[in-house]
Amino acid sequence: MKHCEQSTRLLSEAMERPLARGERLALRWHLMMCGACRRFERQLGWLRWLAERYVPPEPVAVGDGPARVRP
Amino acid sequence: MAHQSRRTLDHWQLTPDELAALRGQMLRFARVQLRDPDLAEDAVQEALAGALRNRDSFAGRAALRTWIFGILKHKIADTLRQQSRVVTETALDDDDSECLARLFDSNGYWLPEARPQVWRNPDVSLEDRRFWEVFEACLEHLPGRQARVFMMREFLGLESAEICKAAGITLTNLHVLLHRARLRLRACLEQHWFAEER
Repeated sequence: MKHCEQSTRLLSEAMERPLARGERLALRWHLMMCGACRRFERQLGWLRWLAERYVPPEPVAVGDGPARVRP
Repeated sequence: MAHQSRRTLDHWQLTPDELAALRGQMLRFARVQLRDPDLAEDAVQEALAGALRNRDSFAGRAALRTWIFGILKHKIADTLRQQSRVVTETALDDDDSECLARLFDSNGYWLPEARPQVWRNPDVSLEDRRFWEVFEACLEHLPGRQARVFMMREFLGLESAEICKAAGITLTNLHVLLHRARLRLRACLEQHWFAEER
């Protein structure tokens, strides 16, 4: 098992399907030891919660450009 | 008809310009999801007509936007459910080969700079328009297919099987795309909004 990469994959799939027993155990074991993946798990929940509430923001007056992010 | 729309505008307390702006935003939103101008136009028309029929069911102006986009999301989801593409096993690596390599080392552990950090409370971001601008900008940075399946899943609430059918991808592909989309979105939101120290 590729630890964090595989764990994030299982955490993502857990939002789409029930995990098999073996997957669940391997995941729980990893999460006990990995704070970064525990934060990832919590943030996936936030991501869904936020996306459910997404409504395009109301346009603003000229001059206030949209936010820019680096890829 | 003129009388009808006047009554509607009064009821919603929107000027004609504001209503046109709202309609434009709905159209943009529908086009991104449906990628077909005619289907998008239909969905927006139906959503507005449905909103007019039930115009007493919301309270207040902020609620109007939430409510009307909620109806639009339902219409778009219905339209997507009727679509059916041939499922092909596509080479996803062409889509986003470097995504995982930028986050994990060769043993699959987080690279130090990519480790998820503590987020400040996401609750308070809901009412902040700057947050939603960052959210949209991060979504725009996703490779096209990742963004589409993520929106189908999380904006429109389609089930896995429905997305696979509408997008013509296998379940395995869907899981890979959603995994990468979530990794990328999470990192982008953290970098540009949620990091405790900015």
